Amino acid sequence: MTGLRVSGLCYNYGAKQALNDVSFDVDAGCFCALLGPNGAGKSTLFSLLTRLFVAPSGTIEIAGYDLSQNPRSALASLGIVFQQSTLDMDLSVQQNLSYFAALHGYSGKDARTRIDAALARLDMRERAHEKARALNGGHRRRAEIARALIHDPKVLLLDEPTVGLDAAARAAITNYVHDLAKDGTTVLWATHLTDEVRPDDRLIILHQSRILADGICEKIAAQGTLSSTFLQMTTVQQS
Amino acid sequence: MMPYLVALQAIVLREALRFIHQRERFIAALVRPMVWLLVFAAGFRAALGLSIIPPYQTYITYETYIVPGLCGMVLLFNGMQSSLSLVYDREMGSMKLLLTAPMPRWWLLFSKLMGATAISILQVYAFLAIAALYGVTMPALGYVAVLPALIVAGLMLGALGLLLSSFIKQLENFAGVMNFVIFPMFFLSSALYPLWKMAESSELLHAICAFNPFTHAVELIRFALYLEFNIMALFWTVLAGAVFTGCALWGYNPSRTGLRRKA
Repeated sequence: MTGLRVSGLCYNYGAKQALNDVSFDVDAGCFCALLGPNGAGKSTLFSLLTRLFVAPSGTIEIAGYDLSQNPRSALASLGIVFQQSTLDMDLSVQQNLSYFAALHGYSGKDARTRIDAALARLDMRERAHEKARALNGGHRRRAEIARALIHDPKVLLLDEPTVGLDAAARAAITNYVHDLAKDGTTVLWATHLTDEVRPDDRLIILHQSRILADGICEKIAAQGTLSSTFLQMTTVQQS
Repeated sequence: MMPYLVALQAIVLREALRFIHQRERFIAALVRPMVWLLVFAAGFRAALGLSIIPPYQTYITYETYIVPGLCGMVLLFNGMQSSLSLVYDREMGSMKLLLTAPMPRWWLLFSKLMGATAISILQVYAFLAIAALYGVTMPALGYVAVLPALIVAGLMLGALGLLLSSFIKQLENFAGVMNFVIFPMFFLSSALYPLWKMAESSELLHAICAFNPFTHAVELIRFALYLEFNIMALFWTVLAGAVFTGCALWGYNPSRTGLRRKA
């Protein structure tokens, strides 16, 4: 079963085109990096994948569920880490995660077990009772990833999750999410930082509302480094 | 427990926790009507003579008259406060967490509305307790009978806040809401003066006051406090609440273009 399938997606903000006929599939258990410069359309794509917006044309399937036909099953299969922090700073990590679990219908012992397991996976157990405000940027991100995993999603979307983090925290989170994909979770990781993409990762390059390249990273960047290839592709398009 | 009820409970609890963390909000919510009751009413009691009008059986002091209106004021300001926090949530991103939950959007927004209304009602009771200490008391059963009226009025004003939040794009625009929604709604109502007084000065203003759903919310509360049932007030409050809720749900529809940039 396909983890994530996007077909013929278009979206405009008034006269400005944000996405133009975007189509791609991400297989179950695959780490797919969505690389694009600022303004490429990544955040719009994430808003459509999470049903914050509804696209006038095109289809989205999450873990086999059509997002427009069966939005609740599709969203229940989806874990999301937004670019902007969505933690309630006045609540503890545990309270933040409990709130999320309840939004997915989990309560009582079931919720506590899931939260405990998710925090343990991210080495965040000992911070469960700290207020989100007291955490550093790296720990906040880990708390958000733990939160996104409470309901065992089949597909995990992360929108530039390492923005504002130091190198060590960035590497730790990138490694952790790669491991999640190895365990069977489908991952779509949006970024504009080429060093977060590994040679054997699936890579989609989005630029000016369209997909420029789709394949395995080392094949796309066969002529040089990913960084130089990415720069060349996006510069050629602009000129 | 049913997943829907779990979500409802969590959303209401979160609103309550947020409220507890904002003590100044609670104090401000009490100070505002207290200023009206202790200062404004004291100054105007001589200027505004009142006749015997339902639900009152006898002449009443001006302080007694405005208490139901001030209960409405607490609900009105809280409805707008929850609207402000929804706009803030949207700007800060936490609204996304709510809107991407695998529940019907109308249920999530309704839960938010319930949470805001519950907080409002707690504040109304705190205000009624202080008013009683000040000497403005109601029939003992009136404090119980008013609860359903407060729920209906609170939901209607909360729905208005929800509706406004779907159209207000930035926090900066919120001052406009104060000027163009809260103040006209409050002053063009029966909260501070009975409608016949308004009719004496202007028929047009009287007609506007009679149309204002806040007037009906205040009258619903006023009658309930005196153990009477005002069916017309209930009808207009429920109708206004239904219209505001319907428009708010439309405003939060993910396919609506106006919300696209800020969802």
